[in-house]
Amino acid sequence: MDQQTLAAVLQFLKNNKLKDAEAALRREAKLPDGSGDSGGSSRVATSGEVSSVLSAYESEGDLARYCEYYSSLSSFIESSLDAHKHELGCLLYPVFIHMYLQLVYNRHEKEAQKFFNRFSVEQEDWHQEDLRTLSTVKTREQMEVNDLMDTFRSSKFVLRMSRDSYQSLRRYLKQNEHRELLSILQDHLFIDVFDGVPRNREQVQATSGAMMGEARRDANKVKVLYGLPKEPDINVPLDDDDEGGDGEDKPKKKKQKKDLLLNKNKKADPNAPPPSRIPLPELKDADKLEKVLSWKEGLKRVPLGRENLPSICFYTLANAYQNVSAVGISEDSSLLAAGFEDSNVRVWSLSPQRLRTMRGASELDQLDKEADDIVERMMDEKTAADSWLLHGHTGPVYSTSFSPDREQLLTSSEDGTVRLWSLHTYSNLVVYKGHNYPVWDVQFSPTGYYFVSAGHDRVARLWGTDQFQPIRMFVGHYSDVTCVQYHPNSNYVATGSSDRTVRLWDVLNGNCVRVMTGHKAAVHTLAWSPDGRYLASAGVDKNVLLWDIAYGRLLAEMKGHTDPVYSLCFSREGSLLASGGIDNTVKVWDVQKVFEEIAGSDDLTSLDRASLVEVGSLLLGSFPTKATPVLKLHFSHRNLLLGCGRYQHN
Amino acid sequence: MQNMNDSHAPPPSQQSADATSAAGTSAAASGERKFAQIPKESVRAHAESIGISEVPDDVAAMVAEDACYRLREVMQASCQFMRHAKRKRLTAEDFNRALRWSNVEPMYGHNSPDPMVFRPTKDAELYFYEDREINLTEFAMETILPRNPGETTVKAQWLVVEGRDKGAGSSPALSEELVQYYDQVTRAILGGNEQLIKTALADLRTNSRISALLPYFVYLVGEVKSISHDLEALTRLLQTAQALIQNPHLYLGPYLKQLVASVMYCILEPLAASINPLNDHWALRDYAARLLAQICRSGCMSVEGLQKQLLLALQKVLVDPARPLCSHYGAVVGLTALGSKAVEDVLYPQLGTYWPFLQSWMEDRTISNAQAKADAHRVQGALLSAAELLLKTYQQNGSEPHAESSHESSPNQSPQQPEASEFTIGTFGQLLESGGTAGSNSGSHRRDKGPVPITQMYADLYSFFGDSLAVRVGNGAPFVPAKEEESDQDAEPIVEAGSSAFPAVERADLPPMLSFAGNGQPMDLSSVPSTSDTTHTTGRRTSKRRQSSKESPKSKRARRAPSMSDIFSLSRASQRRRDIVVNIRGGRQVGKKKTKPGALLGAELSRLCRRVPFMGKRKKVKTLPGKVLQPSMGMLI
Repeated sequence: MDQQTLAAVLQFLKNNKLKDAEAALRREAKLPDGSGDSGGSSRVATSGEVSSVLSAYESEGDLARYCEYYSSLSSFIESSLDAHKHELGCLLYPVFIHMYLQLVYNRHEKEAQKFFNRFSVEQEDWHQEDLRTLSTVKTREQMEVNDLMDTFRSSKFVLRMSRDSYQSLRRYLKQNEHRELLSILQDHLFIDVFDGVPRNREQVQATSGAMMGEARRDANKVKVLYGLPKEPDINVPLDDDDEGGDGEDKPKKKKQKKDLLLNKNKKADPNAPPPSRIPLPELKDADKLEKVLSWKEGLKRVPLGRENLPSICFYTLANAYQNVSAVGISEDSSLLAAGFEDSNVRVWSLSPQRLRTMRGASELDQLDKEADDIVERMMDEKTAADSWLLHGHTGPVYSTSFSPDREQLLTSSEDGTVRLWSLHTYSNLVVYKGHNYPVWDVQFSPTGYYFVSAGHDRVARLWGTDQFQPIRMFVGHYSDVTCVQYHPNSNYVATGSSDRTVRLWDVLNGNCVRVMTGHKAAVHTLAWSPDGRYLASAGVDKNVLLWDIAYGRLLAEMKGHTDPVYSLCFSREGSLLASGGIDNTVKVWDVQKVFEEIAGSDDLTSLDRASLVEVGSLLLGSFPTKATPVLKLHFSHRNLLLGCGRYQHN
Repeated sequence: MQNMNDSHAPPPSQQSADATSAAGTSAAASGERKFAQIPKESVRAHAESIGISEVPDDVAAMVAEDACYRLREVMQASCQFMRHAKRKRLTAEDFNRALRWSNVEPMYGHNSPDPMVFRPTKDAELYFYEDREINLTEFAMETILPRNPGETTVKAQWLVVEGRDKGAGSSPALSEELVQYYDQVTRAILGGNEQLIKTALADLRTNSRISALLPYFVYLVGEVKSISHDLEALTRLLQTAQALIQNPHLYLGPYLKQLVASVMYCILEPLAASINPLNDHWALRDYAARLLAQICRSGCMSVEGLQKQLLLALQKVLVDPARPLCSHYGAVVGLTALGSKAVEDVLYPQLGTYWPFLQSWMEDRTISNAQAKADAHRVQGALLSAAELLLKTYQQNGSEPHAESSHESSPNQSPQQPEASEFTIGTFGQLLESGGTAGSNSGSHRRDKGPVPITQMYADLYSFFGDSLAVRVGNGAPFVPAKEEESDQDAEPIVEAGSSAFPAVERADLPPMLSFAGNGQPMDLSSVPSTSDTTHTTGRRTSKRRQSSKESPKSKRARRAPSMSDIFSLSRASQRRRDIVVNIRGGRQVGKKKTKPGALLGAELSRLCRRVPFMGKRKKVKTLPGKVLQPSMGMLI
């Protein structure tokens, strides 16, 4: 927290007569007691707290010459060596923005307009969206209430630059002595200088695009324990199942399988977090059985690769009066949940097993609780139906997520709440209020119990199903958090945002451990590779990006979609990536090729500079539907690709 | 502030359409930013409507400015709701939602998906939204109920099977466009307009969206059985089959068998078209055989099942002396097309028994046998090509007969189609190697001895073919008949009387015609062109014939065959006489001059064309159908 913000917070506390909080903050910040105010806060006292911070824009310089300054900087960059040109070019956008805001703040509306019209066209395409927002800010009053403005004010724009480029910039500044320019660079920019070869145009472009520039190098230094923990010992239920169920016919076969299972378990991943790092729910017998079943199912998996493309089964929603805004498929591909814009949620069974509710209380009371098939007996056969409708939300449902045991469903909605539904009674169990603004995404952890939600309030929250308050808050995005994805080992959460960054958060301490820039528009979907090392992200900029979490670097950029991408999924063994969007196509990408490429050259020295792996086009297949947007993709245990969307007839 | 918020409820709503478009289109490259602008006058008018008169100019300007700003802000927020609802179209509901989140009353009555009509009044320059009054009593009293859209359901379809497009997974039924497409393409194919046919076939080869039509096209190709009198139509259907096979987006799956059955029909069956000797059904069989090779080569066939069946079927026809010679011809070219391995394992062992049978046809010099004799020469030519293929493969691979390699194209296997000749010896080699003999009993014992050395094979073959074999294989230079140098393989029609593969045989089949049509003097010239065949090897062959006559049951059955073909040849004779008369009138070169390919087909075609109204006037409306066809294809492409 910088001094200015601190002063503003203190002033706010003082104004609202929160003396204890003020004193506590002062103690924490090791500031002298309230009586002896510094010069800065005395100025704060005279004006409102917001305008005090805005006053950073107050300038006595010759504002009319801003056009000249900007042109001079621009032509200096244009005439500098090719090697430095592209790195220095990144300066133009933040300088442009802050100059514009200074002009507006100092009530030079006419000059500001002229300045904006003259130079905004020179900015890169991906900045145009923010510029459009910014161009609506035309007066000082509007500055005070604009969110984006707020972001630019409170944070520094990050640039990375080689030492050579930085030196040439310094020479230029010394020669010209533009005081205003210098103060902008000092106050609002953070230039992260590294030693090495200046980056070329492609390298600079690959990581630029985020709202507040690139990630600082030190932001990605923390080691991430991305490996998968040892599978829990599930031999006991396997044996139980063996003896209890099938008799003596198959023990040999089972034993063999068990050995295989053991072999699989023995591989200890050096990058895996210790199992007790995050307290996880105990495995119930049913969970263990589930694990065994899914593993058995996995044995029948079709190997996929560039030679063997997947089969795609598409679930088309027909007769939906309202648009479908979210689709979820359970891990074992047996259930499908669709959220509609009319705030309903509907659950379908994709297997022959129809959906039943539990019997009434009086009937349940009469059941023999010790029976082996008690769960089965609890269900009322008469209620079996193909689908169930869940009413409760009061706004469009933006996301649905099944619990791993398929007994619960989470939904998030525009009404600012997350709801937990029971799939035994098809009724609402809990409403989690906390975001207070639209909740864009919600997802269960792979182990159940925990879940994470993200919303318009720029915060991602971690919850436990039995607590009505969040356990962790992941704060740091500059704009809406649009999507979340739990890491397969439950220790991390990845978030994507409309500030065009992807972040990784540690569940243990709530810290942001990775910031990845490169998207040129809002990120709307994320997917983890099965081994937990790689993350794919995509969104409104139509590109699918592949990241290496170990170093936080961009590996590949997959271009091909013609409309925003809303769904990503890795095949079960991780060799293929499927993407789908509202351009009504499913595309399949050969990510294995990238992994092979980097396995050969794990060059640590080049990791500072994000460099794309040169592998050519990765597109393996593009499969259009007739008129159905692809809202959800999911690989079944056997590597059958399931897709879902609503047929749009017109 | 509160005042400002209020001020922009109704008036900006009129501007929302403009704002939508401004926000929807990304910033124009020219840098010109068009945002909703609210004039001072609007502010004043609105102020008056709520009872505030005389708003000063500067206040009105400020309010207008602020209203614009808030409008833009709301537009941006509503775009976010659109994105999260995963839509491309911004709705009034998105806008209302954004209003609600900025604590402004939403606007009611704009939620219909239908576009609002914004129109001017007649008298004044005033624009307004048409907002008709709805009589609720009508709704209440009458039985007009809104249509029930039905229960929301989930429907599962295969979009892709193992990486192959299985069709528009989300199309519930055959759409209007697809039906239209099918209609147009079939008309084009069965019509006579070359340009149209080319376009249609080219599209069939590449279109990725026609998989829903696949069963219909396969059925169409299956029609070969009912139009076996019409060579041109047969060729078109085969070309259709070829186009379907070449289309990389189609998953043939269960339909492949039906396609193969149609192709086999064209190779093997005594087509009605072959009654007339002037119909070049030989070329059709050649083409079908090439197509068969292509199917096998494309690898979409399950190697184990279907290919074995093919070999069996071909062999069965070959060993059946009751079959007409044209069927035998088909079997031989079919086997040749399937590669040297098929020739070696199926044809080569049969040659010993088949050759004498063929000779008996060739040496019967009675007039009634003239046609059959000509046919026999054709079969002989085909056999020669097969032998050539076999020997060349041996030659190339040294004594390793079936190392995978491409071989020189044999004349039979279309010099026009180089890929076809490289057809997988490998595939078949493996099949025969692993799956045991493809049904050939006589082949199996041979196999035990291991590969036959080339010298022995050559000697064997030489005993049948004599020097004509040496001509083809001897110096290693491929013997390519001059006539066969056309290049365009798939678009060109195959039916060209006279472009048959075997010049030697062609020459052989002319003399009988001459002799018949001429002055009645039986001029047997058959020995002249085929001297090399006959004279050198007479001695050996006679012994063979003697041997064959011992195998009485077979050859007796074979003897019965002519009686049937006698009837054919009689009917042919009468027809032929008429043609030849025409030819004589035409000039001296009676024999060499062929009737034009279209001459006889003309009638048939025009009959066909009558069925398909478009094509009847194909000469006149050459361009029109093309135009009609294009858009419907465009819809699907």
